[in-house]
Amino acid sequence: MIHSLFLINHSGDIFLEKHWKSVISRSVCDYFFEAREKAVDPENVPPVLQTPHHYLISIYRGKLFFLSVIQTEVAPLFVIEFLHRVADTIQDYFGECSEGIIKDNIVTVYELLEEMLDNGFPLATESNVLKEMIRPPTILRSVVNTLTGSSNVGDTLPTGQLSNVPWRRAGVKYTNNEAYFDVIEEIDAILDKSGTTVFAEIQGVIEACVRLTGMPDLTLSFMNPRLLDDVSFHPCVRFKRWESERVLSFIPPDGNFTLMNYHVSSQNLVAIPVYVKQSISFFETGPCGRLDITIGPKQTMGKTVENMMVTIHMPKAVLNANLTATQGTYTYDLTTKVLVWDIGKLNPQKLPNLRGSLSTQVGVPKPEDNPSLNIDLKIQQLAISGLKVSRLDMYGEKYKPFKGVKYLTKAGKFQVRT
Amino acid sequence: MLDSNKDSLKLEAMKRIVAMIARGKNASDLFPAVVKNVACKNIEVKKLVYVYLVRYAEEQQDLALLSISTFQRGLKDPNQLIRASALRVLSSIRVTIIVPIMMLAIKEAASDMSPYVRKTAAHAIPKLYSLDPEQKDQLIEVIEKLLADKTTLVAGSVVMAFEEVCPERIDLIHKNYRKLCNLLIDVEEWGQVVIINMLTRYARTQFLNPNINEGSGGDKTFYGSDEDEDEDEEEKEKNPYVMDPDHRLLLRNTKPLLQSRNAAVVMAVAQLYFHLAPKAEVGVIAKALVRLLRSHSEVQYVVLQNVATMTIKRRGMFEPYLKSFYIRSTDPTQIKVLKLEVLTNLANETNISTILREFQTYIKSMDKDFVAATIQAIGRCATNIGEVRDTCLNGLVQLLSNRDELVVAESVVVIKKLLQMQPEKHSDIIKHMAKLTDNIQVPMARASILWLIGEYCEHVPKIAPDVLRKMAKSFTNEEDIVKLQIINLAAKLYLTNSKQTKLLTQYVLNLAKYDQNYDIRDRARFIRQLIVPTEKSGALSKYAKKLFLALKPAPVLESPFKDRDHFQLGSLSHLLNAKAGGYQELPDWPEAAPDPSVRNVEVKDSVRAVGTVTFRDTGGLWDLQGPQKVEGKSDSASGSESGSGSEESGSGSESVESEEGSESEEEEEDEEEKNKKKKKKELKKPVQETLTILHLVLCLQTIAPSSALKNYELLHRITGEGLSVEYCFSRQPFSPDANMVAVQMQFTNNATSDTKNLHMEDVKLQSGMRVKEFPEIGDINVAVIKNKRSRSCSKFFVSIQPPVGELMRPIFLTENEFKKEQGQLMGMNEITEKLTLDAKCRNEHAIVQRVTTAANLSRVPCGSDKECRFAGRTVTSSSLVLVTVATKEEGAAQLTVNCEKMLIGTMLVKDILLALTQ
Repeated sequence: MIHSLFLINHSGDIFLEKHWKSVISRSVCDYFFEAREKAVDPENVPPVLQTPHHYLISIYRGKLFFLSVIQTEVAPLFVIEFLHRVADTIQDYFGECSEGIIKDNIVTVYELLEEMLDNGFPLATESNVLKEMIRPPTILRSVVNTLTGSSNVGDTLPTGQLSNVPWRRAGVKYTNNEAYFDVIEEIDAILDKSGTTVFAEIQGVIEACVRLTGMPDLTLSFMNPRLLDDVSFHPCVRFKRWESERVLSFIPPDGNFTLMNYHVSSQNLVAIPVYVKQSISFFETGPCGRLDITIGPKQTMGKTVENMMVTIHMPKAVLNANLTATQGTYTYDLTTKVLVWDIGKLNPQKLPNLRGSLSTQVGVPKPEDNPSLNIDLKIQQLAISGLKVSRLDMYGEKYKPFKGVKYLTKAGKFQVRT
Repeated sequence: MLDSNKDSLKLEAMKRIVAMIARGKNASDLFPAVVKNVACKNIEVKKLVYVYLVRYAEEQQDLALLSISTFQRGLKDPNQLIRASALRVLSSIRVTIIVPIMMLAIKEAASDMSPYVRKTAAHAIPKLYSLDPEQKDQLIEVIEKLLADKTTLVAGSVVMAFEEVCPERIDLIHKNYRKLCNLLIDVEEWGQVVIINMLTRYARTQFLNPNINEGSGGDKTFYGSDEDEDEDEEEKEKNPYVMDPDHRLLLRNTKPLLQSRNAAVVMAVAQLYFHLAPKAEVGVIAKALVRLLRSHSEVQYVVLQNVATMTIKRRGMFEPYLKSFYIRSTDPTQIKVLKLEVLTNLANETNISTILREFQTYIKSMDKDFVAATIQAIGRCATNIGEVRDTCLNGLVQLLSNRDELVVAESVVVIKKLLQMQPEKHSDIIKHMAKLTDNIQVPMARASILWLIGEYCEHVPKIAPDVLRKMAKSFTNEEDIVKLQIINLAAKLYLTNSKQTKLLTQYVLNLAKYDQNYDIRDRARFIRQLIVPTEKSGALSKYAKKLFLALKPAPVLESPFKDRDHFQLGSLSHLLNAKAGGYQELPDWPEAAPDPSVRNVEVKDSVRAVGTVTFRDTGGLWDLQGPQKVEGKSDSASGSESGSGSEESGSGSESVESEEGSESEEEEEDEEEKNKKKKKKELKKPVQETLTILHLVLCLQTIAPSSALKNYELLHRITGEGLSVEYCFSRQPFSPDANMVAVQMQFTNNATSDTKNLHMEDVKLQSGMRVKEFPEIGDINVAVIKNKRSRSCSKFFVSIQPPVGELMRPIFLTENEFKKEQGQLMGMNEITEKLTLDAKCRNEHAIVQRVTTAANLSRVPCGSDKECRFAGRTVTSSSLVLVTVATKEEGAAQLTVNCEKMLIGTMLVKDILLALTQ
């Protein structure tokens, strides 16, 4: 299975290596660097590479490459999924997954990797189990540790690994028992030049933050579960009950976790919350182009649209932008050619507008492709699909928990073609 | 710092060393200093030392041996987690000398009572195998044993070991197939992937092709057919083919896993359905795969590759999700290209117009590689779907005026291919392209244009020679492929229009003759011979025209994913389209189904398997309902008790605990009926009715305890408020399960009042419910006997601790067999102890009597009268136990116990010693 892992930073230095079987020389990464150079963007590096003796499977996360070396046949998704799990775990432990953080905690990361795989086969990937073995650093603990000389390694042996609910620790205690659920929906859409929807769908996720004492057994039910077309669950959810009764019944992990992902059936029409009027044009004569964008609310169900942001990847020939925005601010990054217009709250009375001229390189023919607009927005207290949680019940424990549900709609991959 | 006494200093030092290892720096010089600390008490230091050892032991084999004893000690630790970690490190240090030790440790751990240790043993198997492949046979035995394991924890790991060590031994799976299917949903996600992939292969060898009766037409859409029942009915009506129930079981049990959050699991199920399910059912996977497209770009990449292969075979499956494959400008190029591939595969008459409209927007993209791929995709759509060919062609011709050269070049290549299909109509396009030769510099495009003109020079008689003239001028500066095409064009023109082009051709051929490239020189020589008539040129030149201007079949534009489906989907080999090392071919369906009965397992086992699956419900409430008949004749009135219960009710833990007297009467009848069926119940047996608990499985038996058996007191009559309980080990085979030990309990009511509703409740077992499976160590520590008397309710805590000698059953061996077996159980498996016999038992008879009382063994005939031999097997694991007592003068004797399980051996020695000396 997974033979070795190399962590490689943006500039191509290997700063961590871990071998689960015999040691494989670093030189194996040369094939990867070759491919990395060939691909212009780091995202374009093929995830799977073949070398004479090994196979390299890599992922790109947080400006880092996680490169694993494989010798024999294994499902590539298995490896990719595992590498992402490693990145998730590092993020979970240290708050972010970056080179600096990993270098600062190199011993802990190394120990984590040691526990996560045994001979290349995943052993403990549940963060709850790992945290019992190797405690995540906190400021308080590091102070205590320096004073008392105690360690981050759990001196109790992990029992979670043995339990039948490996995602939950035994003996959890809280003074305030609370369970919060965030229903977050993302609109993925492609609008064409005239504003008609080419493609739109809603992807939702329920993020939970559960801090409950003991072994609570929760049941979450929806007002309109029929809306959900395709779902995937955290392993704690009992699939049988979902199939028969359309309720989520589960013993929750402790802390933050993703309870479910869902997809709203495409039969339902997707309400697009904003409309965009835009014209971007370049002229044959004279080194300039013109840009004019207006955004207005469309179907917002009476809520305000916040955090509006428009991102445009300009053609290479565009040198600079000289624009005026009636609301918000714009920035144009000269090296990456990205124009970002941060609008903020959308005011239906006074529609935000961005217009002005673009200067292009002289002597180069006008760019014929028009860049597309990526739109970002947030609507609080609204699930655009209309999904509603009806109730949350708890069994197995005696106390009364605080319960809360929050809704949020965001733009996912929301693109307007020009 | 490592030599310091302070743990904190050691820790600091170890941390620095590990950081060095992590950065890839060599820290092997420190090996001796580090190894010393392997026995360090501080757990963090210890862990880091382990990390170090695993990394460097291979390089410093001799020094690494120093640490082995620590791990060997760890293997015998009472804590399962320490046992497991010791085994893990021991198996991870790749030192060949310790192979026998590892082998022994793995064998031992494979029958450990803790599933976690067994899981670690399963992990250790491939490690040992890679270290020394000669151990294969022995390892297969261990794998076979572990495959029979019924816990979810072990299943994934052992299948992984199976895949690495002996994937060809498919016969090992038969007996475990159904169990694996049933366990699957509770196995951890990584194990699921491995098991599903293995079962796919297994199913391909064992079941018939479900699509065998269906025609090749796969274009129908199979949507909205998610309800399994409907499908099954339909299927049965249509087809004489009946799916093997085991095949159905597999499909049914994997389906929920499509909802997994782990992309690898979803993909594994998808490939299983693709390879195994009847056509009508494959559709369910599409939705799940489309969902994965929201995931990380690497996941998308792999999924799209697989979807591309699937769409070629089963286009209908993904058609409703067409729009999910639309491309965003922010996608990485490789994802865009793959999406394009899928879109092209999905194109048909009905949706082509939408797809083409999409393609039009893509052509404007900034990403030129992607634009080129789009043009090719358009070309493929045009070849596949006749109606749109003209539209596509027109679109492509428009692209010829594009300013980007790459785009134009790509269009030319595609147009060339399209034109070949119907050249007559399109002479104006050819003319247009001829003009382009002045501008286009991309060699491939130039070559394509030249070939086109040459091929259809009859359609453009005026332009062709002119093009040749221009080309002749620039011949020396052209790329090789262009040069070859120029020669080609010249030759063709010479044949059709020799008047105008004779000189030009000669000129070109002369130029080519002195070219640097030998390919071009060869070609020139060859063509000259062929087309220029000389005396020498033979018959061939007559046919030159036919040779050059033969009608060429139009090329077929094919997907690069066309033949990939012979690789198992989702595999590395499929992704690379090349066989990766260790790839197991997916076998073809068998012609006739192999015997399905090989998978049959005794019913008992499968029930138990289910029982342990739901081990979320531990908490084990064992209800021993004892409705009683009361015969209050005397003071020592005895309750006649009947017990019932079964494992199922136990593990389900739902059995009702009824305490009302009225209810118990009804139950009484039920129970009795049941009991009558099972065993002949002698109800009127005077004083004592005995209730036998056959190691947690309750069963009614009325056996008067034989005098030879030792009775143990479970509950004294004073503490028990009149109720006294005794138990003994009946040494009778326990019929429901041969692997359990029978415990016979005797209840006596010494009180004046009736005892009702006697039952057992809240059984706590050491190391959880697993005791059920490993009854040999089944120390039931605390059981509560709830005894409801007329009004008050009493609970008593009792515990049963079986002596080790009761955990075996006698077997019969001849002397020779005994010696042979003993020879195999030497070394660590042999324990010898010297003793002085008790004065009363110096004769043979007394020794035999005492040994057999202490342990359930049978005597082995023996030639010499100085030696007594006994043999038995442990009940659960059937490991052999051999006991020898050799007597010497004056009561001195030597006791030898040979047993595979060292723990049992040691305990047995102690017990027998006690029995013989007292």
